[in-house]
Amino acid sequence: MQTKVENNKAWFLVMPVFLIVAFSAIIPLMTVVNYSVQDIFDPYTRYFVGTEWFKQVMLDSRLHEALLRQFLYSFTILAIEVPLGICVALMMPTKGRGASLALILVAIPLLIPWNVVGTIWQIFGRADIGLFGAFMSGIGVDYNYASDPTDAWLTVVLMDVWHWTPLVALLCYSGLRAIPEVYYQAARIDQASRWAVFRYIQLPKLTNVLIIGVLLRFMDSFMIYTEPFVLTGGGPGSSTTFLSQSLVQQAIGQFDLGPAAAFSLVYFLIILLVCWVFYTTIMNMQKDK
Amino acid sequence: MAAITLNALAHTYSDNPTRPEDYAIREMTHEWEQGGAFALLGPSGCGKSTLLNIISGLLEPSDGEVLFDGKRVNELKPEERNIAQVFQFPVVYDTMTVFDNLAFPLRNIGVPEHKIKSKVFEVADILELSDQLKRKAKGLSADQKQKVSMGRGLVRDDVSAILFDEPLTVIDPQLKWKLRRKLKQIHEQFNITMVYVTHDQLEASTFADKIAVMYQGQIVQFGTPRELFEEPAHTFVGYFIGSPGMNFFEVELNDTLRFGEHEIATSDAMLSRLKNLPAKKITVGIRPEFVHVWEGKNDDAFKVDVDFIEDLGTYKILSFLFNGQTMKARLSEDQAIPSGQIYVSFPEQWTKVYVDDYLVNMTEPAVNQTEEIHHAN
Repeated sequence: MQTKVENNKAWFLVMPVFLIVAFSAIIPLMTVVNYSVQDIFDPYTRYFVGTEWFKQVMLDSRLHEALLRQFLYSFTILAIEVPLGICVALMMPTKGRGASLALILVAIPLLIPWNVVGTIWQIFGRADIGLFGAFMSGIGVDYNYASDPTDAWLTVVLMDVWHWTPLVALLCYSGLRAIPEVYYQAARIDQASRWAVFRYIQLPKLTNVLIIGVLLRFMDSFMIYTEPFVLTGGGPGSSTTFLSQSLVQQAIGQFDLGPAAAFSLVYFLIILLVCWVFYTTIMNMQKDK
Repeated sequence: MAAITLNALAHTYSDNPTRPEDYAIREMTHEWEQGGAFALLGPSGCGKSTLLNIISGLLEPSDGEVLFDGKRVNELKPEERNIAQVFQFPVVYDTMTVFDNLAFPLRNIGVPEHKIKSKVFEVADILELSDQLKRKAKGLSADQKQKVSMGRGLVRDDVSAILFDEPLTVIDPQLKWKLRRKLKQIHEQFNITMVYVTHDQLEASTFADKIAVMYQGQIVQFGTPRELFEEPAHTFVGYFIGSPGMNFFEVELNDTLRFGEHEIATSDAMLSRLKNLPAKKITVGIRPEFVHVWEGKNDDAFKVDVDFIEDLGTYKILSFLFNGQTMKARLSEDQAIPSGQIYVSFPEQWTKVYVDDYLVNMTEPAVNQTEEIHHAN
């Protein structure tokens, strides 16, 4: 029988990481947990309310709508950005000066701060002074993101696609560069069509970067706040009010810290759950049948 | 199936080549006959892979022509040349099953599914992959993957030739031997022209009927393994083939061939031939296997000092100093181990004379020989 080796020194080695994680994630999260189960009036007056706030949050129809809107938004931008990113990566030149130039051009949107992106599109979409807005009214489309919910949606989606497709494209580009030349040579020898090369060589080799891309884009878009806040402020009405904006309204606007904390936890769990589902699905797809 | 002819072929990666060294392939004319099993043997960087990629069309030659059965194919893309190529590292389509991998080249050219099935089963049977057909190719071991990539070359009936680019590099030694035999069998069964690139002389000689030895972008000799061993046409062939390689020493031509104080026996015909050549550098080569080692004094033998002896199990390698130069002789296991001073002789039949690294071939008329040497320079 094997005797188990007790080595307590190992705990000391793990300690720094444990401390960092505790201060950066666990303790702040516990604060939120603390708020979510109490009704706090001032530092000395607090009541334990159990699951009261959670019940309230779960039944809030405004939040239901925001959640639906959020899912619709995240899936829309994923459905656009992932295929588009792959296409852009496939079209980017692979060598010479063109390659560097393309990399820089593609990367530019990623370097712009979120609120600046919001401002850029706010101006870009205006019918009086914005290029896009003026163009749309020029060709006779009645476009106004400040008053029409569809136009507002379209603009928010377009803005995200412009801002974040480069991320997917760059990830895919690096994935494509990692495919050895010999695969393409073998495919030529096997008389494979362009589509077959994509389907059986490029796409399988891109799976790993695409997992990262999809997860990053899902998490980021699911938590999106700054850009729609600057662009539409959640309007018109509440048509572009996403989850984090509802949260901010509740926590800072109305100062309902209890429900807001409960809401934060639910929000966090949803992101965790969806990421887990994505990850396991993609990993299972890859497995040997 | 086709004969492959290279006509005045040359290739360079440089934009404006000036010296012969700028060429990865120096101008060559060469023919691989239909149905043969050939090896292209040479050290790393001699241009073997470049030559193979030119034949398959992955690379376009800078000069000259590639002909399949006499028809120029320079302009044809690899997919149009109908050639199969197996690469150094196994290429499989990870997400497909072994069956789909083997069926892939057939599906690409639109062969009906029932024909694909029978063909794939046949090839899988030959390659002993039948029980793996339903598996994903991703989980296969390196040798199985390599078999799959060979199989993709074999499924097509009409393939002109199969090219192998060091296909056994990543395979375990004991499996190498098995796969090499398999290849040989396949060759006998299908009678397809096969060109096998390798830097391993053993691999080349077990696989091929004829071996082309490549050196610095040129094919320096094309012959059977035996010819390469007995009649190396170039000093490089002598050095590269055989274990250990051929002994070489540079000699001076006076009335006879002299190496320091020693006189090297050679025929009068050879001497008169050499005297008529304008060349400068004359080298004499003899294989360690053909060096005679005598224990006692002998009329033809030279007295030399034993340097050291390596025992390689089934045979021994004797290193000795001949006029200050280290040379080797191969001793059979039961031969007595000499020490101190010994006597060696070089049988005239196996003593080869090279002028500027090319063999002086006494069976060819002298005129040709001179031209050849000029050409090589």
